[in-house]
Amino acid sequence: MATLARGLSPVRAVLDNGAVVLVQQTAAAPAVTINATFLAGSLYDPDATPGLAYLTARVMDRGTEHRSADALAEALDERGVSLRLNTTRHALTLSCTCLTEDFPDVLALVVDVARRPAFPPEEFAKRRADTITIIRQDDDSPAVRAVTGLVELLYGGNHPYGRPAKGTVPVIEGIDRTAVAAFHSAHVRPAVLSLAVVGDVSPDAVLARAQAELEDWAGAPAGPIVVPPPPASAARRERMFAMPGKPQTDIAYGFTTISRLDPRYCAYWMMNNILGQFGLGGRLAENIRERQGMAYYAFSVFDANVGEGPLMVRAGVDPQNVRRAIDAIDLEVRHLGLEGPTAVEMQETRDSLIGSIPRMFETNESIAEFLQTGEQFGLGLDYDRRLPGLLDAVTRDEVASAAAEVLEPARAAVAVAGPHEGSA
Amino acid sequence: MALHDTLLAPVALRSAVLDNGLKLLVQEVHTAPLVSVWCWYRVGSRDEGPGSTGVSHWVEHMNFKGTANIPRDQMKGIVERFGGMWNGYTWIDQTTYLETAGRDALDRMLFIEAERMANGLYEPDECESERTVIISELHGGENDPDQLLDTEVTATAFRVHPYGHPTIGWIDDLRSMTRDDLYGHYRRFYIPNNATLVVVGDVEADDVIGRAEKHFGAIPSESEPARISVAEPAQSAERRVVVEREGTVGYVKLVYHAPAAGEPDFFPMLVLDAVLSGAKGVNLWSSFRGTPPQRTARLYTGVVDRGLASAVSGALLPTADPFLYTLSFTAMEGIGVDTVEAKALAEIERVRSGGIQPEELVRAKRQLRARLVFENDSVTNIAHQLGYFETVTGPGTFPLLRSRIEQVTAEEVWDVARRRLAPSNRTVGWFRPIEAR
Repeated sequence: MATLARGLSPVRAVLDNGAVVLVQQTAAAPAVTINATFLAGSLYDPDATPGLAYLTARVMDRGTEHRSADALAEALDERGVSLRLNTTRHALTLSCTCLTEDFPDVLALVVDVARRPAFPPEEFAKRRADTITIIRQDDDSPAVRAVTGLVELLYGGNHPYGRPAKGTVPVIEGIDRTAVAAFHSAHVRPAVLSLAVVGDVSPDAVLARAQAELEDWAGAPAGPIVVPPPPASAARRERMFAMPGKPQTDIAYGFTTISRLDPRYCAYWMMNNILGQFGLGGRLAENIRERQGMAYYAFSVFDANVGEGPLMVRAGVDPQNVRRAIDAIDLEVRHLGLEGPTAVEMQETRDSLIGSIPRMFETNESIAEFLQTGEQFGLGLDYDRRLPGLLDAVTRDEVASAAAEVLEPARAAVAVAGPHEGSA
Repeated sequence: MALHDTLLAPVALRSAVLDNGLKLLVQEVHTAPLVSVWCWYRVGSRDEGPGSTGVSHWVEHMNFKGTANIPRDQMKGIVERFGGMWNGYTWIDQTTYLETAGRDALDRMLFIEAERMANGLYEPDECESERTVIISELHGGENDPDQLLDTEVTATAFRVHPYGHPTIGWIDDLRSMTRDDLYGHYRRFYIPNNATLVVVGDVEADDVIGRAEKHFGAIPSESEPARISVAEPAQSAERRVVVEREGTVGYVKLVYHAPAAGEPDFFPMLVLDAVLSGAKGVNLWSSFRGTPPQRTARLYTGVVDRGLASAVSGALLPTADPFLYTLSFTAMEGIGVDTVEAKALAEIERVRSGGIQPEELVRAKRQLRARLVFENDSVTNIAHQLGYFETVTGPGTFPLLRSRIEQVTAEEVWDVARRRLAPSNRTVGWFRPIEAR
C-alpha cells in the first residue's frame, strides 16, 4: 500500500516534446486525479483582447476533431467525471478525478480535449454568451469588484496582472472563433505542459499511458516567461465602486510584493501568515473581527508568482464601518511594518506552517497542485522534505525586514465596493 | 469485492458509548500521518422557535470564543500551532466542529472538543462583539442575489416547520437575542448524551477510546433535550415569490418538498436529481463546491444547452425531516426569468409524464457510485460522512448508501417524479434584477 508517512515520492519524466509527467501513487481511495496544466493563462492575452485565454478554456471541451460535444459529454458523464477547465494569470488547466478503473479512458479524453479541440461554431457562440453572463454576475459582486479594482490600481489596466482575466463584455462580444482557435494553437502545446497524475495507479502505468497519448504531439518549444515589473508608486491610491442596494461593503487593500523565486519568499510567507492568516486571520481578524466585531471575514493573502504578485487584505463590513475598518487595516499594517513580529508570533507561525505540510497531501487534488507548483518554479521533487528546513531557517529579522519593505499604509492601494453610504 | 465496496463498507469502524452517553466512532486510516476529529451535536436551526432564530449558529460562533481552560485569544490558534486546520458549521439538523492535524495532535484536539462541550465562557462582551460579526455574515450573504432568493423561497415553501427560517437567523432576532438566550441554548444541547465524537486517521482505535474517556468521561450527562416536533402540512397549491432588487442577472429557483433521508422516496429522488441536474453525491462538506457531471443531464441539455441559462444546479441532501429539493438556474444575459422557468418546467413535466430511460438510470447510478468514492477521499471527508449520517439519520445508514442506490428502479424514479415534482408541491422563485439608480 502506498502511504505518505515519509512524505511524497513522485516520479517525474520528460517526454521528447518537452511535456513533463509527474506521478504520485496514493492509496486513500480507488480514484485518480488528473491535472494537465499548460503555461497558457491570461498572461498571453493580446492587449486588445483580455479574456481570450479564459474564453478559449471555456470552449475547449465542447467537441474535438474526433468527438462531438455530445459524445464528449456522454463519455465524461457516464463515468461520473466533471472535467474542469480553469485559467489563471499563468496557467490553463484541465483537471478531473475519476475512478481508477476509468483512468486510461479518462486520460485519453483529457488529452483529446487539450490537443484537438474543434471549437464548433454553435458551441463557441453558446460559451461566449454564457461568459458574458458570468462577467455580468461578477459586475454584481462587491467582492469581485473590489479585488479586480485593487489589482488594476496596483498594476494598471494594461499589465497582465492588472487587466480583467475574464475580459469585459464588449471585448468578449468582439472575439470570434478564429481568435480562440489561434490562441489554442499558439499556446496550448506540449512544451508548456505539466501533467500531474495522483492516485491509485502505478507510475509505470501512468508513464506508459501518457507517452502513448502525448508523444506524437509536436509544438513550439517553451520560451522565457516575461512579466513586466509593476509600476512604481509611492502614493496611496483609493477607489470606490458604488453598488446601490448591496447590504455590505467589500474592501480590498494591498501592495505589490516579490516573485515566487525571490530568496525572501519564506519570510514574506510567514509575514503574511502573521498579518492575516494565523488563527482566524492573524492580526487583522484579531482587531477587526474579534475586538471590534466589524466583519465576518478579515484576512490577507500573499500571491507571489512569476512576477511580483500582490499581498491583498480583504474585509467585508457594514457600509457605515468602512472608514473604521480601513483605519484598523492601516494600524495593523503600520505596526507590523514598523515593529515586525513578536517572538511568540514567529514561533507560532513557524510551527503552524511546518506542521501543516502533511495536510497539503491529504487529497489527491492537493498533491497534484503541490507537484505542479514545484514543477512550474523548479523547486525539485524533494521540496516537501526541504520545506520544513527552509521555514525553520527564517529569522525574526528577516520577517521584520519583509514587513518593513512592503507594509506601508502611505503606499497602499485601496478598492472599496458597496453602497454609497459610508464611502471611503 | 470491488474497490468501491472496500471503501464504502469501512474497515474496522469502531463504535463505543461512554457512561455519560457520548457516542464514539473511530476509524483507522493509515494512508497518511493525519487524524481528523469531529464533534457533532444534535442541534440545528430546526431547534429554534420564533424570536430565537439563529441561536444555534450564534452558539457555534461563541464556542470559538474561549473556555475555562483555553483563553479566547488562543482558541482559534491552538490547533494551528500543531499545523492543523479547524472549522465548524451549523445547519438545520446539526452543529459540528472539526480539527484535522498530524496524529501527534490528537490529544490536543480531544481536549479542545471536551472544553467546548463543557466549559464555554460566553463572556457578555464577547457575545455583543459576535452579534455584529454575525450580522456582517448575514449581510455578506445577501450581497449574493442567489442566496437572497434562496432564503425567500425556503421561507415561502415552509409554513410551520422550523426548516423554513434561515440557519443564520432573521435580522430582528439577531438584534434582540441576549447572552442568556445563547448560554441557555448552549447548556441545553451541548451535553455528552446529545453528541457524537468521530475520529478518523492514523490512530489506534483502542488508544482513541481511552483518550476520549480521559477527556470526556467526567462530563456529566443531562436529560436529553426535547426537540421541536412538527410536521409541515402538505402543500396544496403552487407558491411564488419574486425578489426585485438592483442587480445584473436573473435567477430562477424551483423548490419541491423532498423526502427525509429515512423515507423510501429518498434514494429514487437522488437518482432523479442525477438525471435532471447531474449527480453530486451526499457530502455537504465537500460535494457541492464544484460543477457535477451534468452535460447530459436533462435540465442542462434542455435549458443551458439551449442558451436560456448559463448554469443549472440541483440540491438534495439527507435531512432528518422532509426538507427541499432545489433546482437553481442563472438566466442567460438577455433572457427573461419567465422564459427560463417555462423551459425548465417543460423538462419537469416531461419526466413526470414519461419517466426516465434505462440508460439514464444506468448513468445516474454510475455517477453516484463514483461520487461516493470521490467524496470519501480523505480522513476529513470520511469523518464528516460518518458523523453526518450518525447525527442526522441515525446509525447504520452510511455503509448502506451504495446498495440503496443500486436497488432503485426506473419505475420508482418515475413514481417519485410524478408525485414529488407535482405543481402543487412547488414553490417558484424569481430574482428579477432592476437597474441600479
